[in-house]
Amino acid sequence: MNYFVNDKGYYGDFGGAYIPEMLYPNVEELRQNYLAKINEPDFQKEFHQLLKDYVGRPSPLYLAKRLSKKYGANIFLKREDLNHTGAHKINNTIGQILLAERLGKTRIIAETGAGQHGVATATVCALRGLECVVYMGEIDIERQAPNVARMKMLGAKVVPATSGSKTLKDATNEAMRDWVNNPVDTHYIIGSVVGPHPYPDMVSVFQSVISEETKKQLLEQTGSDQPDYVLACVGGGSNAMGMFYHFINDEGVQLIAVEAAGKGVGSGHSAATTALGKEGVLHGSRSILMQTTDGQVVEPFSISAGLDYPGIGPQHAHLFKTLRAKYVSITDEESLDAGLLCTQMEGIIPAIESAHALAYLEKMDFKGNENVVVCLSGRGDKDMDTYMKYFGL
Amino acid sequence: MNRINQLFQEKKNNILSIYYTAGFPELSDTVRIAKALELAGADMLEIGFPYSDPVADGPVIQASSKKSLDAGMDLKLLFEQLKTLRQEVSIPVLLMGYVNPLLQYGVENFCKSCVEVGVDGLIVPDLPMVEYEEFYQNIFEQYGISNVFLVTPQTTVERIHKIDSLTNGFIYMVSSSATTGKNLQLSQNTEDYFSRIAALPLKNPKMIGFGINGKAAFDKACQYANGAIIGTAFVSSLEKDSSSTGIAEFMKAFTA
Repeated sequence: MNYFVNDKGYYGDFGGAYIPEMLYPNVEELRQNYLAKINEPDFQKEFHQLLKDYVGRPSPLYLAKRLSKKYGANIFLKREDLNHTGAHKINNTIGQILLAERLGKTRIIAETGAGQHGVATATVCALRGLECVVYMGEIDIERQAPNVARMKMLGAKVVPATSGSKTLKDATNEAMRDWVNNPVDTHYIIGSVVGPHPYPDMVSVFQSVISEETKKQLLEQTGSDQPDYVLACVGGGSNAMGMFYHFINDEGVQLIAVEAAGKGVGSGHSAATTALGKEGVLHGSRSILMQTTDGQVVEPFSISAGLDYPGIGPQHAHLFKTLRAKYVSITDEESLDAGLLCTQMEGIIPAIESAHALAYLEKMDFKGNENVVVCLSGRGDKDMDTYMKYFGL
Repeated sequence: MNRINQLFQEKKNNILSIYYTAGFPELSDTVRIAKALELAGADMLEIGFPYSDPVADGPVIQASSKKSLDAGMDLKLLFEQLKTLRQEVSIPVLLMGYVNPLLQYGVENFCKSCVEVGVDGLIVPDLPMVEYEEFYQNIFEQYGISNVFLVTPQTTVERIHKIDSLTNGFIYMVSSSATTGKNLQLSQNTEDYFSRIAALPLKNPKMIGFGINGKAAFDKACQYANGAIIGTAFVSSLEKDSSSTGIAEFMKAFTA
């Protein structure tokens, strides 16, 4: 079974490039160049240098002893929260900004949900001196105020998306419209493994550093690079794809993707795409998305802005359909409780997104000595308001 | 011969095509507006079927789509409404919209419904040429539905020829790379693009759309193509006055 992209830009039945003609030249330019440019020695050298000296990689793989004792398994946390800017998102923005420069682009646009990708994009634009415009849903601007301030301080222009549900989906629409209107000088840094081919593949390649490091670290710490389980949360799915990437062909490793159930899968306020969605096209690729029988995209819901998205990347749809990975979901409350537990047992405040992955540990049945890796995709500083309100702190 | 081909055989210049969103401003307006437009001198109609995430559209058409969806429009209802289309309207009619509703309805089902109600063609900006060729071209041709592709100032000559070979209605020249409703700026670049395409030996006629906001832009477009398409300007006018008189008044500026 091939779990990766084929030469037509598809993962099994999913992927492709469903874009209006106005975007075709840009996407085609990327498609023709991304692999060759990424593989050039000077790109690789600069990319890895920046990941090391600027981002602070490799991120630690930390054996969480108290959580391990509680669950009866060896729980390893892959500490993407320790990256510069506080999440895994910067792995991708570093890669894409280097690519944009090599394609001669001078203006960068991005969409953002929780604001982590927006901050990561504004950061690399400041680093390289490029103009930066970030689209963000009006509701997300309210619930992620600290990240909005960070983006502004970094010199980015933050434009509110006021259409639809005013969250990540709508911010993505606005960014795509911006790209339609600025086809020559602008590069669109998509923040997840979604969008038209080659974005899902390109973003997963940049994020794959997560699993590449994890394998080495596991080998050093446990004597084997094959864990029993690998867990990550999924909105669009970029930290999960980075966390899964080098394990996908290791069929003995069980991959678990945790979606946001919101107030419950059947509540009408959920973002559990694989449970509620059907095959269709959103934001340029064929995948699984939450939609009406008429094909209108359904507004998702999750307390976590980074998981509040009605689709998943096409590679996730393929891993789901082929049963290579297991897709589960966690409610708002379960994730917040898991966030507090991790904070009080390990001294690590996780992003609410990452807390969804941690929460699933409660639902697993361990025999005793399994090795489990959880991608701690981001830190919870940005979520303090939500945590404080929920726990009455 | 379908009505689109017939139109272009009979009329070579100044073809006026009007776009509007189905079910806007009132849910039941779809056929009434078509009839009023024909009476007021439109040569061809493009009826938009609304979608929740229209990435190629500017604010005016986005808002009309949302209003129509909120009122309960879907493809099933649209085809139900269009059952009386051909009792009222004789000019060519195309449907325009995004690929996901089309896929959920089923492409073959869609073509069948188009034939039943007398729709002649389809414009789906986010349906890629490769997918069309591989999966859907046979179906469209079997039902005699024209599929119209867009070209932009950035589309290469090679790709335009490919599009010309795949389509059998007309080529939709997007006036500049922009979402709908950005007023056409008549720069040297735009005229160079129009001239460049006008000079290509293509089998299909050409229509220019996006940003055609008034008589001057319409006349300019008609110098380089067989006609032009007016969308946002008309939808804006419907917001203010959707009566037959209001529609006739809007059309007078272009047909006088």
